[in-house]
Amino acid sequence: MRLRRAMLETKATGQVEIYGLMAEFDTPESLLAAAERARQAGYREMDAYTPLPIEGLAEAIGFRRTLIEKIVFTAGLLGATGGFMLCWWMTVVAYPHIVAGRPLNSWPAYIPITFESMVLVSCIVAVIGMLMLNGLPQPYHPVFNVKEFERASRDRFFLCIEARDPRFHTEATREFLESLKPLEVMEVES
Amino acid sequence: MTAADPVNVRLRQWQRRALLVGAAGSLIALAGLLLEGWTQFLRSYLYAYMFWTGMALGCLGILLLHHTVGGKWGMVIRRMCEAGARTLPYMAAGIVPVLLSLPVLYIWARPEAANDPIIHGKAAYLNIPGVVARSVFYFLVWTFYAYRLSKWSTDQDASGDAALIDKMRAWSAPGLVIFTFVTTFAFIDWIMSLEPHWYSTVYGAMFLIGQVLESFAFMIALVIVLSAVPPLREYMTKQHLHDLGNMMFAFMVLWAYLSFSQFIIIWSGNLPEEIPWYLNRLRGGWGWVALSLVVFHFAAPFVLLLMRGIKRHGERLLKVCLMMLVIRIVDVYWIVEPAFYGQKIQIHWLDFVTPAAIGGLWIAAFLWQLRSRPLVPLRDPRLEGAPRETVAF
Repeated sequence: MRLRRAMLETKATGQVEIYGLMAEFDTPESLLAAAERARQAGYREMDAYTPLPIEGLAEAIGFRRTLIEKIVFTAGLLGATGGFMLCWWMTVVAYPHIVAGRPLNSWPAYIPITFESMVLVSCIVAVIGMLMLNGLPQPYHPVFNVKEFERASRDRFFLCIEARDPRFHTEATREFLESLKPLEVMEVES
Repeated sequence: MTAADPVNVRLRQWQRRALLVGAAGSLIALAGLLLEGWTQFLRSYLYAYMFWTGMALGCLGILLLHHTVGGKWGMVIRRMCEAGARTLPYMAAGIVPVLLSLPVLYIWARPEAANDPIIHGKAAYLNIPGVVARSVFYFLVWTFYAYRLSKWSTDQDASGDAALIDKMRAWSAPGLVIFTFVTTFAFIDWIMSLEPHWYSTVYGAMFLIGQVLESFAFMIALVIVLSAVPPLREYMTKQHLHDLGNMMFAFMVLWAYLSFSQFIIIWSGNLPEEIPWYLNRLRGGWGWVALSLVVFHFAAPFVLLLMRGIKRHGERLLKVCLMMLVIRIVDVYWIVEPAFYGQKIQIHWLDFVTPAAIGGLWIAAFLWQLRSRPLVPLRDPRLEGAPRETVAF
């Protein structure tokens, strides 16, 4: 959809709508330094793309804590409580049978179910919550319009400053990225 | 490291203090031996000895695990674990008083055990020469692995030979299996046989995992303190702390899993020959100790170690490690001591002296060993490369 709309707009105005500017680096250290410099320069809406996890990069591009951990923790608590109460309800209220002379409320027997339902509920909520918060799955993403970008999963490191950043300016931002000594600076079509 | 190295100066200072605590503790324990008699002394001695030997064994276990699976977390604690494992031959001296007076502690070693049909049936395994011979064998195996791996690690400092990494891995993978078997039998001989009518197949693993956990707590606390000065200051990152915190979390949950498995199987079976072990450990005041284990050995560290903010923060993680160490002593006490006192809690003043005495001596020996080599394996290629080779959990 967005691709088609972009193409239509290009046809209509003769001008390409820009998603952002992307700089390509060949080492993780230079990307990390560039991300830190960009953050110091006031850019906030940016993202980094690397073939391997890099220590400190998330903080450099302004990693924000999301709600996901609290959501999953709450889900885990609810799952555990639910599992325990389910067992309790079944053995004490619904089907009260004396087994091996034990009291009806034999809590040690509930623990495996409690644990399993905690894991189950928190995992399901973690996956669904993660997808809802990060907007995946995303069949179209503008960064793939750059041909060199396929090397982001092999041996190159990319920093993309997005056009929606209030400080973004096509010329000034390009100059800024050039000053970081990347291999190349590319325009990302929207 | 050289004598003037600031970290060496600090370690030497700690070593002297530990030796002082150990010597003072030993004197008080000796006075206790004269005042309270051999039986009480040995009872208090056995659990403290098991805790500190477990610390050295846990070090060897972590070392074998790290060489087998790799991972950056191990690089910063490898030298500490090697030093801890090298204290095992000294700990062999500590088992001598126990082996010399087996009948004082163990029912099966007494002459009247011949009248007990169950113990009599186990006599082919559980007899005095057997336990003594096996104890010698256990220490030989442990010492062999500790010194073999330390030697290659030191060779690596000299040559930087990458082939040594493969060699250490090739020996550690089968070593991990042998170590687990040997250690399981050691715990069966030294502790489980205190109650010779009872047995549990998960016992060895449960006890061993608890000891790996206490070694993790000790080593993490040590690297956090030492990361204030070079050389560790240059190598420790927040990611290392995070990974080590996760390892401690994993072993803590594994301990809880194994402990609870043993409990629920015995509870479900409800058989007269199996339940006395728990009756001895839940009645007469012991129930409170068991509850403190559930809270401080599982629930509290479970919640605390889930938090990223704690695992990536040295001072906070240090506090969790210290809590873990204290509750580990309580756990070993709860497993060993009720065997002597039955369903009535009895805490003797010697129980507080012996861990300090043995602990002081152990820490002094450990620091002495630690100071003999560089604090990090400088020429292992896996040490360098931050931030490139970050292990993301």
